Amino acid sequence: MIVPALGHLSAALPEIFLALSALVLLVLGAFLGDKATRPVATLSLIALVVAFVLVLLGPDSTTVGFSGLFITGRFAVFLNALILIGSAISLIIALDYFRLQGTERFEFPILVLLATTGMMMMVTANDLIALFISLELQSLALYVMAAFERDSIRATEAGLKYFVLGALASGLLLYGCSLIYGFSGTTNFGHLAAVVSGGPVSIGLLLGIVFLVAGLAFKISAVPFHMWAPDVYEGAPTPVTAFFSASPKIAAFALFIRVMMGPFGHVAIEWRQIIILISLASMFLGAFAAINQRNIKRMMAYSSIGHMGYALIGLAAGSVEGVRGVLIYLAIYLPMTLGAFTVILLMRRKTGPTENIDDLAGLSQQHPLVALVMAIFMFSLAGVPPLAGFFGKFYVFMAAIDAHLYTLAILGVLSSVVGAYYYLRIVKVMYFDAASEPLAGPITRKMAAVLLCTGVFTLFFFANPAPLLNSAHAAALALLH
Amino acid sequence: MIVQAIAFYLFAAITIAAGFMVIAARNPVHSVLFLILAFFNAAGLFVLLGAEFLAMVLVIVYVGAVAVLFLFVVMMLDINFTELRQGFLNYLPIGGLVGMILLMELLLVIGSWVISPAAAHFAMAPTPGGLSNTAALGRILYTQYAYLFQAAGLILLVAMIGAIVLTLRTRPEVRRQKIGQQIGRRPVNSVALEKVKPGQGV
Repeated sequence: MIVPALGHLSAALPEIFLALSALVLLVLGAFLGDKATRPVATLSLIALVVAFVLVLLGPDSTTVGFSGLFITGRFAVFLNALILIGSAISLIIALDYFRLQGTERFEFPILVLLATTGMMMMVTANDLIALFISLELQSLALYVMAAFERDSIRATEAGLKYFVLGALASGLLLYGCSLIYGFSGTTNFGHLAAVVSGGPVSIGLLLGIVFLVAGLAFKISAVPFHMWAPDVYEGAPTPVTAFFSASPKIAAFALFIRVMMGPFGHVAIEWRQIIILISLASMFLGAFAAINQRNIKRMMAYSSIGHMGYALIGLAAGSVEGVRGVLIYLAIYLPMTLGAFTVILLMRRKTGPTENIDDLAGLSQQHPLVALVMAIFMFSLAGVPPLAGFFGKFYVFMAAIDAHLYTLAILGVLSSVVGAYYYLRIVKVMYFDAASEPLAGPITRKMAAVLLCTGVFTLFFFANPAPLLNSAHAAALALLH
Repeated sequence: MIVQAIAFYLFAAITIAAGFMVIAARNPVHSVLFLILAFFNAAGLFVLLGAEFLAMVLVIVYVGAVAVLFLFVVMMLDINFTELRQGFLNYLPIGGLVGMILLMELLLVIGSWVISPAAAHFAMAPTPGGLSNTAALGRILYTQYAYLFQAAGLILLVAMIGAIVLTLRTRPEVRRQKIGQQIGRRPVNSVALEKVKPGQGV
């Protein structure tokens, strides 16, 4: 009896390793107390790197394990690798920030590890129960991280708001899952696909899919389930905001793609309109609402809402090209946004971190290189060729055109033109506005390294895009066949 | 067969009677005791169904933990139950009306309920494949869903870490018991013998 359950332990090795290292480090931290803060942080980083290697060594072919609850393969490898990169970079930039703030605690890296475990389980979920449990594991860790600076009223408010709204979204999601289970009689994705493709789909099942989409759209902060994002992004400590905008978005998107293209791929015609609507609303709200923002974290929240809208275009296309487009988009979005947040983390006055866009004024004179890198990120986020962000949008729009979604593609291009305005405004503030008081944030070696890596990737992606394109294509094929 | 029937009606009747007494008893402590009686009889019903594991869990968890917790709450919180009860008669008509409407709705739903003939096929026996139901539950929880069981454990761990991270503060002004210090004390450094001259005091 034990053999079938343990037979695929090796397939889940990265997840198991990450969970176990979180447990070990927790014990270490609990026994050593404050002395353990630095070692635990370093070891957590090493654990993420080891997990990354284990992911890359994972099985190439699609493997189902743990009584059908777990699935891995190229799709999972691609996204898990992205998630681990995102978590590792977020952790690197977070540690310096908390050290400067004096709120350094050993629990933070452990929560990052546990959240990352949850995210990887989301990517490999092959069952509605696994979907829900992995989502909750990730979300619960994120709620705590949002309120991590517990003496700050804004952070506490952000954590509480995120928690309450997240619980509501989990309720919606669970309701959808129960409807799907009730009308199909199974929670396994493989069996669900068989039920859905077997004949006409009942209204109850469709209703369940709608609720499921609503719950997942909340997790990627797509309109109309985006309300939490600006407040939480603004209130949470900046490195936590950076983390929120990177790995969890990718994990939730992976789950979104897996559920929509896997079990419900046969009824794409039914859910496509919902995705198109969400996608359009996200792109336009992201573009227009960001224009008036004074706070750069709030602006980045709307920017991330918009970017999720663009990525959803690929899902709406519902083809191999579409999924490939989404994967490329996410892979490019991750370093861009993390790099931009690293620059935001560098914004400090003597009194502490500042977050107003106007505070960036004169950055080009004080830190010309940082201003240059930030300008690269902003141009890339706006989608200006030949930077990486352009290619992300390009492949998604091409997939939409291949799927005959011309209106969606045209409106997407239009909204990205609107969105370019506020990205370029930041460049204008940095280069042409007179500085009031110089930013005094120290640029540590780690931050400089992160800026260098993300900046070089964003700037020179066009020189050699083939590896990313090929692996994204293989991942998309592995999901759909 | 007849013994089972008698046992069923006995357990069921006592469960309902005890349930009624829970809301009818004047003394809240008596209410909780009746609740315990109801739990015991419900456990008896589970045994009759062949679900002995659920019966034991009901007794251990509900009687052993939940009901005792209720008892503590009732005894420790100073709630004036007679005051709570005062509006009872005033609200009886409207409460009764709502209750009647709910009952009618339930009857309407159940009246038109047709159990699908295929459903009986899916109904699980409490002892599938000759396993005792404890073993069957264990197989589902620890073998089939071991992955989810462990993940659920991680969620609880995150909840615990979260509660500690967000609320635990070290307060220097609070004096804590240091057991090591207490045990390590020797008469040499804590007892002093003084010679006191008569009539002078210390």
